Amino acid sequence: MKLWTAIAAAATIAAVAAAPALGADTPKRGGTLVFAVSAEPPNYDCHANDSFAFIHPVRPAYSTLLKFDPFGYPKIVGDLAQSWTVSKDGLSYSFKLQKGVKFHDGSTLSSEDIRASYDRIRNPPPGVKSLRKAVYEDIASIETPDANTVVFNLKKKNISMLANFASPWNCIYSAAKIKADPRWPERNIMGTGAFTFGEHVAGSHFTGKRFDQYFEKGKPYLDGYKAVFLSGAPMVNALSSGQVLVEFRGQSPADRDRIVKALGDKAVVQESPWVCSLVVSFNTRKKPFDDVRVRRALNLAIDRWSGSQALGKIALVREVGGLLRPGYDLAASEKELDQSPGFRRDMDHNRAEARKLLAEASQSGMSFTLLNRNVKMPYEPVGVFLIDQWRQIGLNVKHEQLETRLYLAAQQKDSATFDASLDFNCDYNDEPNLQLVKYLSPSRSSLNYTGLGDAKLDELYDKQSGEFDKKKRYALIREFEKQAMDDAFTVPTIWWHRIIVHDKRLKGWKITPSHYLNQDLVNVWLDQ
Amino acid sequence: MFRYIGQRLLLTVPTLLGVALLAFFMLRLMPGDVVEVMFMGQGSNVPADIIQQEKARLGLDQPITVQFGRWMAGILQGDFGVSMWTGRPISYEIGIRLELSIEVAILSTMLALLIALPLGTLSALFKDTWIDQTIRVVSIAGLAVPSFWLGMIIILSLLSFFHWNPPLTFTPIYQDWKANLSQLIWPALAVGYRYSAVVTRMMRSTLIEVLQEDYVRTARAKGVPERLVVVRHAMKNAMLPVITVTGLEFAFLVGGLVVTEQVFNLNGIGKLFVDSVARADNTMLQSLVLLVSVFYILVNLAVDLLYGLLDPRIRYR
Repeated sequence: MKLWTAIAAAATIAAVAAAPALGADTPKRGGTLVFAVSAEPPNYDCHANDSFAFIHPVRPAYSTLLKFDPFGYPKIVGDLAQSWTVSKDGLSYSFKLQKGVKFHDGSTLSSEDIRASYDRIRNPPPGVKSLRKAVYEDIASIETPDANTVVFNLKKKNISMLANFASPWNCIYSAAKIKADPRWPERNIMGTGAFTFGEHVAGSHFTGKRFDQYFEKGKPYLDGYKAVFLSGAPMVNALSSGQVLVEFRGQSPADRDRIVKALGDKAVVQESPWVCSLVVSFNTRKKPFDDVRVRRALNLAIDRWSGSQALGKIALVREVGGLLRPGYDLAASEKELDQSPGFRRDMDHNRAEARKLLAEASQSGMSFTLLNRNVKMPYEPVGVFLIDQWRQIGLNVKHEQLETRLYLAAQQKDSATFDASLDFNCDYNDEPNLQLVKYLSPSRSSLNYTGLGDAKLDELYDKQSGEFDKKKRYALIREFEKQAMDDAFTVPTIWWHRIIVHDKRLKGWKITPSHYLNQDLVNVWLDQ
Repeated sequence: MFRYIGQRLLLTVPTLLGVALLAFFMLRLMPGDVVEVMFMGQGSNVPADIIQQEKARLGLDQPITVQFGRWMAGILQGDFGVSMWTGRPISYEIGIRLELSIEVAILSTMLALLIALPLGTLSALFKDTWIDQTIRVVSIAGLAVPSFWLGMIIILSLLSFFHWNPPLTFTPIYQDWKANLSQLIWPALAVGYRYSAVVTRMMRSTLIEVLQEDYVRTARAKGVPERLVVVRHAMKNAMLPVITVTGLEFAFLVGGLVVTEQVFNLNGIGKLFVDSVARADNTMLQSLVLLVSVFYILVNLAVDLLYGLLDPRIRYR
């Protein structure tokens, strides 16, 4: 095992060393990229989906107004927007569009298409599902002074607005198509992206073909792509045999080592911290989790630092962090974390304090059930780890792993039956306005399953959201984090770590901290 | 004969109604629904009104009896409805997977019979000799080894020794028989081996029993050559229970290869079952249960009709 870990590490180093060369290599045209996707989208509507299962096969057909720099996350660059300006008061965003952009049906993109697409997101017609409608509530109006200019006027300043415009979910649709039938994108794919829709055989695969009129001259490099729906061992086998060149979500360390062993020097490993974390949520509607002393004790008992060392070898988790991804510039530093309950390194002291709190709450030796998702990576190993941590303060915890439908049903507000659950928090970028939603009151956040909110947290969230001074925002977020850890209705465990093993023929793709980003395949080419 | 078939087909109506009732109501006993899985499975902050609207659109807010009535009314018009997950017609979703499942079932059955009939016969004819002992070990091993495990061993062996993995996507046999067989022969082998073990054991035990019957002794006393005694008199009668087992196994294979299809990444009915359970796609699941029931009924009818062809004492009026 050590040998393959060493090989993987060497491959990682090779990949990191090769990264600057991504732009230096001369791209070759041609070839079909075959990649695996471990799930399948229910429909083709960007605005109604929220899974990588949608992004990976469908995103290459669409463009967005802005996007995250494929080689320099978190920098934001233009996609359909050639340039943009933000007014001094932060209430107006004006975008100049690329000229001569064509839809796949040959029609020309105009600012009206941008307006219609964003209107569909923020004010969906009946029957249209817009999952991220709330994120765009601050938009007051959208103006289109000419065919190449679109202006968004906001009701109030929103620091995450630019990142929101770079959301990979905000595909731009043809205004004419969605005017004729607002639900047209559910069953049809027609954007301005680098690839046109080929075929989708349900349960099997999805293909795209190069769009020759794509607005970036000379791109895309690929003739097309084929996304094969594969998961588990068959996916690892297909990667090991070279049948598929990559899977863009992520592999476990064990799968990484197996694929590297099979591919030898043809393997390239790219790794990155991941904007996803596992958190523990406590059902405060049930005793004794309504007692903050019990929740704090359970938080204190988790040795995140040692856990990250051990789990990092077997599961796709590694980084220790608070409410924001470690390494992100608004996240708590390691020094700050060391002062936070649950992150202090003296575990003997932490466990003694946890036992004391439990005794005060008359809950020494209590028993409860940890609800977990019946998904091996990374839920199962982290669940086992947590149970062991709580066992060390004398608790008896049962591990209940359920299918996703039962797992979600057990956490629903109107019928929440769980004691504690291993829950997840994941989005397409680090922006606190997205990452902190889980900690807002249940009336504001459908992701808060605990039944408990805190008006102070809601207030701090709103303050940091409107704060454009980075230092002040940083301080507000620290205050938010401290309050959330004191409330302890939801506490972070260990952050995910993204590992991508791909065939070295795949070029022009760089890992980002999110599996939702950099999937338009515009810069990807095959060295063959 | 036609009257008998007609009567049997009529009897399927109450059977299928019972299956439909059970499938529909048992699925609704499970907590959770497709809308929660679709919108909350990835951790998005989806507003409650969108979830409620979608539930209403899918009719999940209606009384359960109304939902059942709508489903039944659709079936009577030949419409199984649409998948709650994909929104596509269920007939389409099942149709694109049925060809693969039926082909795997046919290939597995052919392989199983090719192995089992000669081995079962030899085992019976050479009862308690080393030949019988060897065949019994092979067949008991077939019963003991799960198909999916054998499938994993096959795949890993192909990868380790030949650096080759079967094709990932299905090609119909009429388009490219080589591509088709290079994908499906491996699951057929994995499943066919276990299947052959069941049939070998059945063939052996019934043939041993038949070989002790009076009419076999009479045939031998009349001086009929042993080959003819075995093939014409004994085997023909020993085939009746073998056909029953074969029929039941065949019907099972169409919808029951849940794990094997996962191991080989086959886009068949078994995988659709698993995906539909995970997605809480109840309309798909209830239709799949109904489809598998129809298969069982039709295969049983075919088996009963074959009895009549093999045994002149059995006549259907």
